[in-house]
Amino acid sequence: MPNVTAAMAVESSQVIVAIGGLPIRLRCDNPDFVRQIQERYAGYLSASDEARFDFEIELAPPGTKCRDADVSVNWESGRWLMERGDFRAEWNPVTARGRIQQTINPYSLDCVLRIVHTLLLAGEGGFLLHASSAIRNGRAFLFSGVSGAGKTTIARLAPPDAALLTDEISYVTRGDGRYFAVGTPFYGELSRPGENLRAPIEVLYLLAKGPENKIEPIEGSDAVRGLLANTLFFARDPRFVNMVFEAAFDFVARVPVRRLTFVPNSSVWELIQ
Amino acid sequence: MKNFRYVARSKAIAARALGDETMVMSATNSTLFTLDEVASVIWEAADGVTPLEDIVAKKICSAYDVAPGLALQDAETLVENLVQHGILLASDQPLLPASATGKEAS
Repeated sequence: MPNVTAAMAVESSQVIVAIGGLPIRLRCDNPDFVRQIQERYAGYLSASDEARFDFEIELAPPGTKCRDADVSVNWESGRWLMERGDFRAEWNPVTARGRIQQTINPYSLDCVLRIVHTLLLAGEGGFLLHASSAIRNGRAFLFSGVSGAGKTTIARLAPPDAALLTDEISYVTRGDGRYFAVGTPFYGELSRPGENLRAPIEVLYLLAKGPENKIEPIEGSDAVRGLLANTLFFARDPRFVNMVFEAAFDFVARVPVRRLTFVPNSSVWELIQ
Repeated sequence: MKNFRYVARSKAIAARALGDETMVMSATNSTLFTLDEVASVIWEAADGVTPLEDIVAKKICSAYDVAPGLALQDAETLVENLVQHGILLASDQPLLPASATGKEAS
């Protein structure tokens, strides 16, 4: 299991976060916030000074109140505009530069990074999925479902020989006609980042809790529906939606999709080898 | 008869046939629709220039054992539903593609 990146901060006014092996430089003139970013993304910091994209972060004054608002992501005048109650960001993929205005809260930055990665992944046939994932015996297993389906539960039950990639948002990339799962710092109830590792995906399990452990195949449109229902779509943009939609069909053609009904105890991992 | 004759697929969608079904995703809200076999036939034939009654007569009534009146009524209900979700466009005038008119059909 190769390590995707090494770890080190560069200097106090900037930090390079490399999720999925994609280095993004984050600059901020507030050293306390840079330190927060370094702590939040420990394990995903790049030792190199090279970055594919640069973002300047401007912090709102302390005490700034946030509007309650849904995420909106729109393509306007050659740049992506991303907005929620606690942040406003823009990113130009051509100049590879962006700007984030946010409150002093690493979770706002977390959301911006999730959006940026969904946009980047779409262009390469990948996507982010509501799923926990883990590597066992050199192969990655994804466990997908809505909130309450058991993503964090199955992550908590993982045996010591399984490397946990995330308990919340799985990072799926495509390469050489195969799909890979990559560790992310995006976590859910487990409150700890995944290991920064990568492995080919063996199976996507759609989770259900039940009275016994069992695995059933899911095929065709049911598999596509199950996958798309849990795929992260931020941008309401036809080109983006089409890319993710096509990726879902390609994924289902290459990776088995199964229903995993499980009793919430460690016995379920006997089925996942 | 409803106030439309012509139907065309929206451009703000992603769609793919899978077996007898067609999966359609709206680009405006990521809602996923699964069209069954008959709905897929209408979807595929919705070129903006063929009247709906012709689609029903040529593609549905000739292939399925269904009365023309009932088939058209069902097709109109389907179209109204898909129009409401923004994945089909309907008009009493032909909906020519943008390349033929120089502007987007609406």
